[in-house]
Amino acid sequence: MSIQEICRAASNTRLGEGLYQLVLDAPQIAAAAQCGQFVHIACGEGNLLRRPISICEAGEGRLRIVFQVKGSGTEWLADRKEGDTLDVLGPLGHGFDTAALGARPVLIGGGIGVPPMLQAAKCAKAAGAAPRAVLGFRNRGAVILEEDFRAVCETFVTTDDGSYARHGFVTDVLQELVADATGVAACGPKPMLKAIAAIAKQAGLPCQVSMEERMGCGIGACLVCACALKAENGETRYGHVCKDGPVFNAEEVEW
Amino acid sequence: MADLRVNFCGVELKNPVTTASGTFGFGHEYGEFFDLSRLGGIGVKGLTPTERLGNPAPRIAETPAGILNCVGLQNPGIDRFIAEQIPFLRQYDTAIIANVSGNTVEEYEGMVEKISDADVDLIEMNISCPNVKCGGMAFGTQPAMVEEVVSAAKRKAKKPLIVKLSPNVTDITEIARAAVSAGADALSLINTLLGMRIDIETRKPILSNVMGGLSGPAVFPVAVRMVYQVRKAVSVPILGMGGIRTGRDIVEMLLAGADAVAMGTVMFADPTAPVKALAELEAWMDAHGVKSVRELSGAVEV
Ligand SMILES: Cc1cc2nc3c(=O)[nH]c(=O)nc-3n(C[C@H](O)[C@H](O)[C@H](O)COP(=O)(O)OP(=O)(O)OC[C@H]3O[C@@H](n4cnc5c(N)ncnc54)[C@H](O)[C@@H]3O)c2cc1C
Ligand SMILES: Cc1cc2nc3c(=O)[nH]c(=O)nc-3n(C[C@H](O)[C@H](O)[C@H](O)COP(=O)(O)O)c2cc1C
Ligand code: FES
Repeated sequence: MSIQEICRAASNTRLGEGLYQLVLDAPQIAAAAQCGQFVHIACGEGNLLRRPISICEAGEGRLRIVFQVKGSGTEWLADRKEGDTLDVLGPLGHGFDTAALGARPVLIGGGIGVPPMLQAAKCAKAAGAAPRAVLGFRNRGAVILEEDFRAVCETFVTTDDGSYARHGFVTDVLQELVADATGVAACGPKPMLKAIAAIAKQAGLPCQVSMEERMGCGIGACLVCACALKAENGETRYGHVCKDGPVFNAEEVEW
Repeated sequence: MADLRVNFCGVELKNPVTTASGTFGFGHEYGEFFDLSRLGGIGVKGLTPTERLGNPAPRIAETPAGILNCVGLQNPGIDRFIAEQIPFLRQYDTAIIANVSGNTVEEYEGMVEKISDADVDLIEMNISCPNVKCGGMAFGTQPAMVEEVVSAAKRKAKKPLIVKLSPNVTDITEIARAAVSAGADALSLINTLLGMRIDIETRKPILSNVMGGLSGPAVFPVAVRMVYQVRKAVSVPILGMGGIRTGRDIVEMLLAGADAVAMGTVMFADPTAPVKALAELEAWMDAHGVKSVRELSGAVEV
C-alpha cells in the first residue's frame, strides 16, 4: 500500500558528522509500515526526484529515519527543523520476512545500512525470536544507534579501523555466530552483502539482503531501479528495488 | 464549467490529459494514488514483440530540473500485455494508448497488426527511443526511414495510428511531414533528448548505457517549440508532451498546437500531478472564460 502523506517534523537531531535522525509525525504511513520498507521523500524545489530512505522505526504515529548527508537531497533533509512539513510516500517496497529467519536470526547492518535493521530486530523479537545484531562502521565517528540495538537484543559492533569496539568486519563476527543461527538478514554496501550471502549459503542459512538502486517513481511504474536477479532458466532478469525489493532473497540476486 | 472533452482522431477523450509511455507502467501503481478514470487516456509502457529485459542499472540520473533514463524498453512483450493488462485497464473509463516498438519494419508491422485486434483505443508507434541499439530512434531520425516504417505500419493499422517523434533531429518538421505523408493519423512529441552525465569522482558515466534520454521540466521549452513548429507544418492532431508539470503548462502546450497532452516525469515528484494539473486547467479556463479546451489548441498569437 502506498500513501502520500504530508508529515510534520517532530525533531531533527544530529547524530554525528553528516549523520542525522529525523522523526516525522506520519500516522498513516507509520500504521502501515513493515520492517525493511522505505519512504520516498520530496526534498525541496531544487531536487526533482524524491530520495529513498529506510524506515528505521515506526510506531505511535511516528516514523524515525536516520540518514547520511551525501548530496543536495540529504542536505535539504538535514536542514529540516521541528514543525517543518515534508511530502512523504510510503511505506514502500517489500521488507524483511522475519518469520522466515527462524528463532535465532543474525541481523547485520553496515554503515548507513544499519538503520532499517533496528525495526527488523524489534519485529523479530516481538514475534518471539532471539535476534542478534552485528553492526559495522568505518570508524568511531560513524557509529550510530548502538544503544537502540542494545536495548532490543545482543549486539556486536565492529569498526574497520579498530578505533571503536572490535577491529574488523561484520563478516568476522558472522562467521562466529553462524553455528547456532537460523537465518541472516543484512543491509549495507553491496560487497558486504555479497560476502554475507556467501557465508550464509555455505552455512545453509536463509539470507535476506536489502539492496540499493537509484530510483525514479519509487512505486514500480518507471522501471529504472533495476536489480539483476537470477531467472529460473539460469539467465538474468531484472527485478525492481522499489517494488520487488528493497529486500531480496540473497539466493535470487545476481552478484 | 469548462468543457474539457477532446476528439483525438475520432476517439473521444473526456479531457486532454494522458500519461506518457514508460512513466506510468500499466497504471497499477499510480492507481493507488488516484482514480485512473479521471485521466483522458493512459499511455502504457512501450511494448515489443517479445519480452525485453532492458539495460542494467543505473538507469536513471538526476539533472537540473530533469532526469536522464536508459531503461531500454523493459516490458513483458505484447502478448502478455494483451492478456494480462488490457482487462485491468478496461475497468477504468479512460482511453488506452498502446505504445509499440520494433527492431525492423516487419516487427513494427506485426506489432501494429496485433495490437489493432486488441481492445485498445489508440496506437502510438514509438520510432524515437534513444535507449535501444536497433530500431527506436534509428527509424525516427531519417525521413526516408520514417516514410517506410510508417507506411508499412499504417497498412496494418485498424485503429488510429499516432507516430511518436524524436527531438534528436535537425528539423522536426521534415520528420513530421514524412510521417503524415506516410499515413500517420496523429503525431506525439517529444520523446526524450539524448544526454549524458559523468560522475566526476570515478570519471565514469552515471548511466549504464553511457547516454540516456532527458525528460522533465528542463525539456518543456524545447517541447513547446517543437509542437509549435509541427502544428504549422502538418494538420493532424498532436499529443504534446515533454516536461509538463502544471495546468498552466498544459494551457501553454495546447496554445502551441497540441490537441491533447501527456505527463510523465513530473509524477516521479508528485504521483497525483495529472489530477492536480487537470483541476488547475479547469480553474484557469473558468477564470479566463474559456469554454472549451478545443479553443486553446494552436491559439498562440505570434
Ligand atoms: C531503499 C533505499 C533505502 C535507503 N535508506 C537510506 C537510509 O536509511 N539512510 C541513508 O542515509 N541513505 C539511505 N539510502 C541512500 C539514499 O537514498 C541516498 O544517499 C540519497 O538518495 C542521496 O541523495 P542526495 O541528493 O543526498 O545525493 P546525490 O548524490 O546528489 O543524489 C543524486 C541522485 O542519485 C540518487 N542516489 C545517490 N546515491 C544513492 C544511493 N546510494 N541509493 C539510491 N539513490 C542514490 C539520489 O536519490 C538522487 O536521485 C537508501 C537508498 C535506497 C535505495
Ligand atoms: C523512465 C522513462 C521511460 C520511458 N519509456 C518510454 C517508452 O517505453 N516509450 C516511449 O515512447 N517513450 C518513453 N519515454 C518517454 C516519455 O513517454 C516522454 O516522451 C518523455 O519522458 C517526455 O515527457 P515528460 O518530460 O513529461 O516525462 C520514457 C520516459 C521516461 C522518463
Ligand atoms: S523507481 Fe520507478 S520502478 Fe522503481
